[in-house]
Amino acid sequence: MMLRRNTSESRHFEAVRETPFHPRTAAHCLANQWTRWAGYTVPDLYDDMTNEYFAVRNQVGVLDLSPMCKYRITGSDAERYMNRLLTRDIRKVKPGRVAYAVWCDDDGYVIDDGTIFRFGESDFRICCQEYQLGWLCHSAIGFDVRIEEETHEVAALAFQGPTSCAVLKRAGFSGVETLRPFDMKDYKLTRYPVTISRTGFTGDLGYELWVPAEYALDLWDALFEAGTLHDPRPFGLQALDLLRIEAGFIVTNNDFMSAELALRRNRGRTPFELGLGRLVDLGKGHFTGRRALVEAEKVGPRFRVVALEIDRNKPANDALIYAGGRKEVGYVTSAAWSPTCKRNIALATLKAPYCDRADGDLSVEIYVKKELKWYRLKPRARIVERPFFDPARRRATPPGET
Amino acid sequence: MSARHDAIVIGAGHNGLVAATTLAKAGRKVLVLEARDDPGGAATTEEIAPGFRVPALAHLLIRLDPTVEQEMALESHGLRYAQRDLSSVALDPEGRHLVIDEKGLDGLGGRAIEARDREAHRRLCERLRGYAGALKPFLSRTPPRLGSSRWADNANLMRLGWAIRRQGREQMREFLRIVLLNVADLVEDEIEDPLLQAAIALDAVLGGHAGPRSPNTVLTLLHRLAGEGDGLPAARALPVGGMGAVTEAMVRAFRSAGGELRCGAPVSRLRVDTDHVTGVVLSDGSEIEARSVLTSTNPKHAFLDLLGAEHLDAGFALRVTQIRMKGATGKLNIALRAAPEFKGLPPERLRDRLLIAPSIDDMEAAFNPTKYGELPETPPLEVTVPTIADPSLAPEGAHVLSAVVQYAPYDLKVGWAASTETFKERLLNLLESYAPGLKGNIVEARFLSPKDIEARLGTAGGHWHHGELIVDQMLMLRPLYGAAQYDTPVAGYYLCGAGTHPGGDVTGTAGRNAARRVLELEKRP
Repeated sequence: MMLRRNTSESRHFEAVRETPFHPRTAAHCLANQWTRWAGYTVPDLYDDMTNEYFAVRNQVGVLDLSPMCKYRITGSDAERYMNRLLTRDIRKVKPGRVAYAVWCDDDGYVIDDGTIFRFGESDFRICCQEYQLGWLCHSAIGFDVRIEEETHEVAALAFQGPTSCAVLKRAGFSGVETLRPFDMKDYKLTRYPVTISRTGFTGDLGYELWVPAEYALDLWDALFEAGTLHDPRPFGLQALDLLRIEAGFIVTNNDFMSAELALRRNRGRTPFELGLGRLVDLGKGHFTGRRALVEAEKVGPRFRVVALEIDRNKPANDALIYAGGRKEVGYVTSAAWSPTCKRNIALATLKAPYCDRADGDLSVEIYVKKELKWYRLKPRARIVERPFFDPARRRATPPGET
Repeated sequence: MSARHDAIVIGAGHNGLVAATTLAKAGRKVLVLEARDDPGGAATTEEIAPGFRVPALAHLLIRLDPTVEQEMALESHGLRYAQRDLSSVALDPEGRHLVIDEKGLDGLGGRAIEARDREAHRRLCERLRGYAGALKPFLSRTPPRLGSSRWADNANLMRLGWAIRRQGREQMREFLRIVLLNVADLVEDEIEDPLLQAAIALDAVLGGHAGPRSPNTVLTLLHRLAGEGDGLPAARALPVGGMGAVTEAMVRAFRSAGGELRCGAPVSRLRVDTDHVTGVVLSDGSEIEARSVLTSTNPKHAFLDLLGAEHLDAGFALRVTQIRMKGATGKLNIALRAAPEFKGLPPERLRDRLLIAPSIDDMEAAFNPTKYGELPETPPLEVTVPTIADPSLAPEGAHVLSAVVQYAPYDLKVGWAASTETFKERLLNLLESYAPGLKGNIVEARFLSPKDIEARLGTAGGHWHHGELIVDQMLMLRPLYGAAQYDTPVAGYYLCGAGTHPGGDVTGTAGRNAARRVLELEKRP
């Protein structure tokens, strides 16, 4: 049984929170399979993972994103603060735009990644996977900024798939088709405000909708009503994991350890090592970790997160990777059989120099259990380009009217 | 913009002047900028009544670095000693005082000294000096950088270990046993006389926010003993003309080395070009260009005010805010019509260092309220009467008395404005109880709380040592990891004050070490 007390005074007793969409997600969650996400309980599986996955790739899927940590940064130093926090140059992100960004500790190791919403000259939201309030407050020493946690006040839905734009238009979000990737727009429905950003974690055409928690159910109902023809389907975290692996997205503490949680000295990863060098602007002025990254760039990466394509069809979860069949050179952190690409794919961490060798002669050690008996496979693997799945509709503006 | 300087040194206290002179003597063009109208920092002589001059803050030279003294030729620049190697006299309320000096222990007014204590004290001093001697060479070196792959850093660390180990297995074991101990535990194990216990403990906590039962105070004591003056370990001396004479001689040494000193020129911030300091901006808005900038101000001010957190990594900035530097020491300066007469103290003993600290428990009891922002009833005092050895400081026949007041809280709950007079009265009554008649002879008495010291010197927290001298803020952790080798994350910017290794007291070692580090890192163009 879950301990649940909803008065704000006793929040610290609360074992697991329900999201503002809970009454709807619970009604759809036929499998009754839930998982914990940042203190909330959300559906891991609604009914059938394959159906949920294909809903996103072929029509439109709905994911309850409310547990994402959200922080609002305002104040006269907000832009300077953000630029000192993030590795990329936030001055190039105009109000009304969203940016993907990472932030590092003093050693240049990534603490977390997330999306940055720029509402105004001095008004930002950081949306990320891991709890960051402590680090954000530490980073505020010497800056005139106000930092507010909005995690529980702002509910969020991912609305992803080829018909997502069509349904949103029917729901009354006119002009949503003009949003380019990473654009956002504020809407005022009859009773409440909604912010729509063209962002997502599925690698497909899709949007994320942000609404005050008290109007969460109204928004859900409006979307499902508008979608009668297109049949939006809720999808759970299992389906999301497959979708994001196809899209080549990494997850903090799954594909790399957050610098805040890494205990062993060599577990931290620089943005270069995560393949996110494009997010680092060493010339923009000082930011946390910059001096370490200048050195790291000189030395070169010790590891690299790479995309692998693996022979045969068994997902290589948690597998060790070998070069020349014997030498251990890395490990798989995410793996799946991609139903859309029809490829056996994985995200993996490889040691230098193997991460940069096209002809690395790599193989992966996979254990498969068939009727209680374990079999060891050692299929060959090749480093390939990320993302595995990259449809043109992801970027098309305006999107098609499927 | 004025002519370009090789180096600007912020602050004309003793460390700033030593650093500046060391650089100037190496041929650098050096400018010292002092915010106040006069140089000297914490080592100044101040007139508190017409004709009465007292050491404003620091009143004893515990261990002016002999290398500094020699390199700066301070003698030829006018530094004279009124008295060297002062004995310490632990005052007894009944007048049966205890004299502690190089020769050992002596009782006054019929005080009997147990043979057992005499021997135990001799052995304890010998042991402590042995350990302190092992630490001594490290005071004048740049501390090793932890986690470094540089040979020199690791060699330095190994040397530190070896210096202890070579004293023998037994001694090393004993060193490791006591080094992180509190001084009360150590002293109470070995010594029986409460007055002697307190006198040793006072040296461990003087100037710090620590009581005799605070952790690691043995290490603080060793650190102080590791200094030397006049060839004698931890010898104390009084300069002619008061402590200001030390910095005055340093100013002359600096000028004769070709340096330029500008007073009344507060620096508001540094000019920084991403990763390199290019000069300073004065509070009047004018800018001065320089290849490097050294600051003798405290590390919090150096990083958060002068440089600005935006030029630092967030984790580093956080650690700067965590440096413990809350002062717990005040200063009482008195002008007297006549020499004070302490009960049972022969007049010739007035030239010594007089300690008012009846027992370790009394000291700890005085520290307790300080922790909670309240005033102690009977704070331990370190008293000198500098006019005995140097009559020039006061009119004919008159005297000045200078007392370091150990335990006066920085953040007094009721506020200092309302309490300074009350507390001063309490201190005068305490002195009166040891020296009856003293209060009737007062011409002027001034008390400086840690708040006053902060306002006067700009040392955040009013801490005498620019940061607590305690194990996690010593050696390669002083003032903090990442800036413990005098250079900082921003090229061309250096720390040279008491906040760096080896820390407080008027030694000049930190300033000299910092200047040598600059010379090591910045070869001439």
